[in-house]
Amino acid sequence: MKFPKWIILVLAAAVAAYIYISGQSDKDMAEVEGDKTKVGFVYVGPVGDFGWSYEHDQGRQAVEAEFGDKVETMFVESVPEGADSERVMTQMALDGADLIFTTSFGYMDPTINVAKKFPNVKFEHATGYKQADNVSTYSARFYEGRSVIGHIAGHMTESNTIGYIASFPIPEVIRGINSAYIAAKAVNPDVKMKIVWVYTWFDPGKEADAATALIEQGADIIMQHTDSPAAMTIAEEKGILAFGQASDMKQFGPNARLSSIIDDWAPYYIARTKAVMDGTWESTATWDGIKEGMVAIGDFSDKIPADVQASATALKEALSAGTTHSFTGPLNKQDGTPWLAAGETATDFGDDGLAGMNFYVEGVEGDVPQ
Amino acid sequence: MIRLEQRANPSKEMVMWTPVIAVIATMIVGGLLFVALGKNPFEAIRMIFWDPLMGANASYYRGQILVKAAPLIMIALGLSFGFRAGIWNIGAEGQFIMGAVVGGATGLALYPMDSFIVFPLMIVMGALGGFLWAMIPAVLKIKFNANEILVSLMLVYVAINFLSGMVTGVLRNPDGFNFPESRSFQEFPAANNAELWAGTGVHWGVLVTLGLVVAAYVILTRHIFGFNIRLAGQAPRAAKFAGVSPNKMIAICLGLSGALAGMAGLFEVTGPAGKLSTTFPVGYGFTAIIVAFLGRLHPIGILLAGLLLAVTYVGGDIIQSKLSLPKASIQVFQGMLLFFLLAVDVLVNFRIRLTNQGAV
Amino acid sequence: MDISIVSLVATLIVAATPILLAATGELIVEKAGVLNLGVEGMMIIGAICGFIAAVNTSSPLMGFVAAAAAGAALSFLFAILTQYLLANQVASGLALTLFGLGLAALLGHSYAGIKPPSSPKMEWGGLADLPVVGPILFNHDLMVYFSILLVIAVWVFLKFTRGGLILRAVGENHDAAHALGYKVVRIRVLAIMFGGACAGLGGAYLSLIRVPQWTEGMTAGAGWIALAIVVFASWKPWRLILGAYLFGGVTILQLNLQANGVDIPVSYLSMAPYLVTIIVLVIMSADRARASLNAPASLGKIFNASH
Repeated sequence: MKFPKWIILVLAAAVAAYIYISGQSDKDMAEVEGDKTKVGFVYVGPVGDFGWSYEHDQGRQAVEAEFGDKVETMFVESVPEGADSERVMTQMALDGADLIFTTSFGYMDPTINVAKKFPNVKFEHATGYKQADNVSTYSARFYEGRSVIGHIAGHMTESNTIGYIASFPIPEVIRGINSAYIAAKAVNPDVKMKIVWVYTWFDPGKEADAATALIEQGADIIMQHTDSPAAMTIAEEKGILAFGQASDMKQFGPNARLSSIIDDWAPYYIARTKAVMDGTWESTATWDGIKEGMVAIGDFSDKIPADVQASATALKEALSAGTTHSFTGPLNKQDGTPWLAAGETATDFGDDGLAGMNFYVEGVEGDVPQ
Repeated sequence: MIRLEQRANPSKEMVMWTPVIAVIATMIVGGLLFVALGKNPFEAIRMIFWDPLMGANASYYRGQILVKAAPLIMIALGLSFGFRAGIWNIGAEGQFIMGAVVGGATGLALYPMDSFIVFPLMIVMGALGGFLWAMIPAVLKIKFNANEILVSLMLVYVAINFLSGMVTGVLRNPDGFNFPESRSFQEFPAANNAELWAGTGVHWGVLVTLGLVVAAYVILTRHIFGFNIRLAGQAPRAAKFAGVSPNKMIAICLGLSGALAGMAGLFEVTGPAGKLSTTFPVGYGFTAIIVAFLGRLHPIGILLAGLLLAVTYVGGDIIQSKLSLPKASIQVFQGMLLFFLLAVDVLVNFRIRLTNQGAV
Repeated sequence: MDISIVSLVATLIVAATPILLAATGELIVEKAGVLNLGVEGMMIIGAICGFIAAVNTSSPLMGFVAAAAAGAALSFLFAILTQYLLANQVASGLALTLFGLGLAALLGHSYAGIKPPSSPKMEWGGLADLPVVGPILFNHDLMVYFSILLVIAVWVFLKFTRGGLILRAVGENHDAAHALGYKVVRIRVLAIMFGGACAGLGGAYLSLIRVPQWTEGMTAGAGWIALAIVVFASWKPWRLILGAYLFGGVTILQLNLQANGVDIPVSYLSMAPYLVTIIVLVIMSADRARASLNAPASLGKIFNASH
């Protein structure tokens, strides 16, 4: 069979065009190399998740807004942890990125690996614990925010049952559970917390089912440590209360939402970009909270009585000023063994420190899944 | 009416030309997609197909294409034998996972032993894990006539849950703050499937894959087993008369594909992925099925198809960061490419005829 | 422990409805001898198209109509590939899932963060207040009842109508059906599109009622569970309900047990429905006397009239 000539012609034309255009690509590259600071962002979820990745992308946009023409940002979303993330980071470094934010715990080893290959590129890894000369780590003291919403929840619950949707039993999540419980218990001695582990960060269907199950079990306020706003919409449907997580989530539950913990990465991203521009960037381990603005508390709903609003605001300000700590003794571990003596506050690191927390405080029911 | 008329023999020219037609069609329709998204289509398509191979920094991307293609090709090679014989293992994803878990667990059990024997042992155990997992549908098919498509698919979900149980349980890194993942194989030199030459991306899995392509080619074209497989697929009765036992065929085909998928899983988890976690399987087992078909179940075709898909993965990430395109646009683009590749296949075995009859 | 069986059942019915709808469609497809692995892709397209239509028209009903149309349209791509161009069904189905997930995310880009109009509950008057049966049977939205009616309709169609007979004949032996003068390809295309429409409805149930919101990748594997349920049901419509409620029930049960502070191995419990499905399949396949319960004989095989 003879092959149609026109296809051969099209093919030849296509190859010629590509060779021509690819010649252009090096010129493009040359133009890009200027005095602009290039900042890359690697996201684990879609920027449209309205939770974790969404807030990181808000931070990226804030960097663009702050520095305008002096900066160029790039991002890749839904990057699987592991080999693919390593490739994406390398690609950004090769494309001339000066600073790369890798925004998921699972990017820890890939970030370290790529950083070794590009000593002149600065890396910032979120929520991890491995540093290097050109790798900083950063995370937020979300537990401070959880103290504030725990305080509100303790006041607002009528069934004395708070439902908590948890992702994985890692220190970060366990800290959140403990701090919310301690704050709620402080204002409401009868409060109980029911915890459901969904073993996912993002699965709207499962998160919705978990919220429903908690409501069935008597919870009238839902807290979550997962990324989608599904639980908020369920709370709205069922006429109960909930808190926004990572982003404000007001649009998903105008009646249900009491307040929210907002991850505000913008100040940090702007500061670190500035440091790279000024040549003052150093490897650091940042763990910022309400004080530095990395953890923000969303507006209070009108449903919260004025006195509770006032006490919650006072708590927030005390946490910010450092006069109060989310974990202040006397506190026992779940099994009754003493953890913090009266007036003592938890340390960040070391034995029984916050960084490696793997136990519930006294009063929380159930076991940390092992 | 358009009518398909079977060719007496598959068209050799079409075998060569159909992928080219499909890629060009994808470029045209995909180009329109990029126009709709407000991007320069020539630039986007150049970045997907050209930049990973020849553009700036291509020396790095070429290696990464091999890293991405190797597991796809290795799994697809195994599947292709079964598919030729009419045995449908679509559970390679599960076998991939079980290979990684069994092989990985073997390594973790020996931690921190520093012996050259560790890694080869893990490879064997990985292949064994995949093999045994694939023998479940094989045995159920032979003993109970249970449909292997469905059993192998169900077992994927069992494997995913098993993996999740393992990394939140016994295989969890004791020093890893309860994160659902195992110890890093990259920090366990004896078990690490590292890059063999710095900067090339080439690891043991890539080399083994290339060897397997050659071996599969030889078996398929020169060996009696290859002949029997082709016979079993094309003329099952003739195969029976020729003394090919259907049950033996089922066991061999499923076992072989399972072992290769398991081995691919082990290479992936000890090398590029670095550790066992709930997120390390990224769907190679399913994509490999597509690769097997795109490669027309022929080793050389599978090699090319795996490389082509790998190029679009690497190129897809490039256009995402350079043109700020959403991930979804690349998925759509890849979906189109697959549709076109599958659609034009018809030209190999059939001729399109315009007739007046209304029968299709 | 105080788990209320009544509320558990009421919840699992809602959780199971998307997969029941999708599985009902896939059952017809498979009965016609076609294996479409693209259920996940068709579901998510239904989820976003239904969402867009419902938001723009403020009518959940229009949302479901649009979702069915979109699911059917996407499945038509599969039909063209597999029925006219004779492409392999397994590969085409997988490609359909990839394409559908991407397309849905693109379409939905500006729809994240919007609340859909809420769907009315079926009005049963005082029946909803009855103890036990009230919450279980008489307190759901319309789509729950529709999904049950659909199962009944499919059962009647397959068992009692000539059309059902023809469909089964096509699925069992397409060459014989062709010899008898049935339009094998046309029947299969229609079956595939019905399957697409049902998957679309299932997806829209997720985005409009169960979760209610649009987020990328929100089907999160529901389409694959629908495929499993068809096998579990051994291609019998009634058993789809049992299967869907079993698969949905295991998830709901484990979440409720956890909420009660019961320590359970989540991963191993989540495996159970798939293992049960395999066992069911083996039992059905092993007994020759139950051959009628087994997979349609032509499942996944390519048909071309010029053979």
